[in-house]
Amino acid sequence: MSTRFLPLIAFIGLALLLFVGVRMNSGKDNSAIPSPLIGKPAPPFSLPVLNQQDRMIKTDDLKGQSYLLNVWGSWCPACQIEHPVITELAKSGKVKVVGYNYKDETEAANQWLQQFGNPYDLILFDEAGRVALDWGIYGAPETFLVDAGGIVRWKHVGPITPEIIEQEILPLLESKQ
Amino acid sequence: MLPELGQISLILSLLMACLLACMPLLGAQKNNSALMQTARPLVYAQLFFVVLAFGLLAYSFTVHDFSVAYVQRNSNSLLPFAYQLSAVWGAHEGSLLLWIMILSIWTAAVAIFSKQLPDKVVARVLAVMGMIAVGFISFTLFTSDPFTRAFPVASEGVDLNPLLQDPGLIFHPPLLYTGYVGFAVAFAFAIAALIDGKLDAQWIRWSRPWTNIAWAFLTLGIALGSFWAYYELGWGGWWFWDPVENASFMPWLVGAALIHSQAVTEKRGSFKSWTLLLAIAAFSLSLLGTFLVRSGVLTSVHAFASDPERGLYILTFLIIVIGGSLVLFALRAPNKDESGQPFTAYSRETLLLLNNLLLTAAAFMVLIGTLYPLFADALKLGKISVGSPYFGFLFSLLMLPLVMLLPFGPLTRWQKDQPSKAVKLLAPWAILAVVSGAVSFFFLKDSGFKTTGGVIAAVWILLGTFAFISSRFKNSGKRFTAEMIGMTLAHAGVGLFFFGVLMTESLSIEKDVAAKPNSTFSMRGYDFSFEGVEQVEGPNYVADRGTVVIRKDKQLVTTLYPEKRMYASGGNSMTEAAINSKPHRDLYVALGEPLDDKGSWALRLYVKPFIRFIWLGALLMAIGGFVVSFDKRFKRRNANEANP
Repeated sequence: MSTRFLPLIAFIGLALLLFVGVRMNSGKDNSAIPSPLIGKPAPPFSLPVLNQQDRMIKTDDLKGQSYLLNVWGSWCPACQIEHPVITELAKSGKVKVVGYNYKDETEAANQWLQQFGNPYDLILFDEAGRVALDWGIYGAPETFLVDAGGIVRWKHVGPITPEIIEQEILPLLESKQ
Repeated sequence: MLPELGQISLILSLLMACLLACMPLLGAQKNNSALMQTARPLVYAQLFFVVLAFGLLAYSFTVHDFSVAYVQRNSNSLLPFAYQLSAVWGAHEGSLLLWIMILSIWTAAVAIFSKQLPDKVVARVLAVMGMIAVGFISFTLFTSDPFTRAFPVASEGVDLNPLLQDPGLIFHPPLLYTGYVGFAVAFAFAIAALIDGKLDAQWIRWSRPWTNIAWAFLTLGIALGSFWAYYELGWGGWWFWDPVENASFMPWLVGAALIHSQAVTEKRGSFKSWTLLLAIAAFSLSLLGTFLVRSGVLTSVHAFASDPERGLYILTFLIIVIGGSLVLFALRAPNKDESGQPFTAYSRETLLLLNNLLLTAAAFMVLIGTLYPLFADALKLGKISVGSPYFGFLFSLLMLPLVMLLPFGPLTRWQKDQPSKAVKLLAPWAILAVVSGAVSFFFLKDSGFKTTGGVIAAVWILLGTFAFISSRFKNSGKRFTAEMIGMTLAHAGVGLFFFGVLMTESLSIEKDVAAKPNSTFSMRGYDFSFEGVEQVEGPNYVADRGTVVIRKDKQLVTTLYPEKRMYASGGNSMTEAAINSKPHRDLYVALGEPLDDKGSWALRLYVKPFIRFIWLGALLMAIGGFVVSFDKRFKRRNANEANP
């Protein structure tokens, strides 16, 4: 007799789990067309740090803390537009901001940083744009949010605005805590 | 005006569905034939209003009525005509409307083809399908109305998600939904049987073709989705164990189990409760799939269709439908003493029981893997993602015995048989399979254990299926029924599928290269020469188009033109991989990034041996499912005892 109730009991457990899942998700914005990477681990890579060519950073080295990966290049005018916004976010200390210098030259990149300021915790240097393939980066600026577990949570193509930080990045960061 | 008319007809269809859910059911309970007879007209009326609403939404797309918010968000005046139509189901609201329309078509089909069934059964089955329609139509109307007007009216639309601008999308969702919704028929039958309290073999026989057709459509839908991901997403893979893929795979697995257990229940009267439970599970998993896709509970490539606000509504609906039917099952499932004819340890019943256990265990394994990240998240165990190592390993473990036992099934008698008989018939083929596996291991270049496994599985299943045909042929006087032909085709499809999977997994080569113009790269004897990239213009996009000439032994094989498209309406770029396909291999080129201003590009090159066999196998399985449903026995009123 009791075995007939097993499917029902299993389903009640499942329904509870799904209910919790729905509650956790409410308020999250999924309307933006996502990168296929979203919800997946950040692609494995190993890149040198700008100006420290022999210091290699791997995907796992960045784990343990969520970070914003901001793709930029000295050749990219839109990056200048978003740079003050990125700088302010980095200064606020709400999230670690990692720069991703994309298809650039060391000298030009340094000059650009001198001119506009360097808000980055760390700058990865992808001179050939080879690793960018794995990230699905098409151009600059592009910005990714990766959580402490190394899972890509969010991606934005184009310059970041204060509205985007307010409405998308900060809520995502808060929901993580 | 017309969009409002669409909204009104959707409301009217809801009304019809509400009546359909109540009146015939009441009639069946009170033995009132007038009430029972309302079922068919209500079904047709519901279908009429749903089709009208769907047609009006499609019309809004073709005339670019951007005052309709849904049209504005998913279309654009530059969008080609075929995609204007497929854009109707390109996003959440419209795809729900498509779901409702397909459900209404299935319901109408049941109403038409059920003349030989008792009125009571028909009334109950149609009423249950009406209840499902009530849930989905009200969900659409109250949370996701596709006819909502936008204000102020935009002069131009946003465009359909470029990922979806592909012929694959025109057919992928309708096929998938036809499969999902088709399981509603078996489900409705199970519920009607539970309400009635007795399960007639005749009803099972009658619902079998429906299950087979639904399963065949689901097979086509999943295969097409997988094929689409292969050539559109530019990742070169064909299955990613993504939550949404899993959501469609679970009902497929349970549906495959259901097809087999229905055969047992119909012919031998055994497994009655189990068949009922599987019928409930197959449709419940279809609903769960919809929930997972629509609610945003799990993130995946398909997240463009999700919205957490709506999750709670579907969850409530899910609890009512699945919870309700499981309560009914717990209270009213047939007792053990009613079970069918006894069978011994080695019989076709036992083999099919094993088949069922393996398939449902696989579905369960997929369910656990899909929901585990959510579970871990809910219990604050941290964010975990369950990847293909888990799925691939456990799935192969479960499929191994299935592949080994598959040829025995058709060769074994019902009730009681000698294992030695089938073993004697199959032994030469088993030896041949192992020998060809060994040959492939030692003589095929770069082969490994997976290659060997693929060859053995394919040879074993194909020859084992052939052994069934020849033994059946020798026992002259016995015809081949459509059921047997379908089964044979589907089983051969399983063999080709595993062959394709294992060969591709073990022999594929992938290379990421930085290509200067006129540089050449060699893989597996193919020379890929990159000739450069030029700009080309499409109807609503501009693209960088690369030219790659492929030669083998200095002979031209083909020239491929991979593209990277930027759509005029948005900042999303799309990779259009270029593929040259032969049965024994695909050559695949995807364009990456420009590397410098001298025309160098990053390229992704693949050689994928036998990948087409994966979809060929799936196609054969689907054809098999369709063929079975044409069996003459299903049209008869009484059981055909002549068929063993």
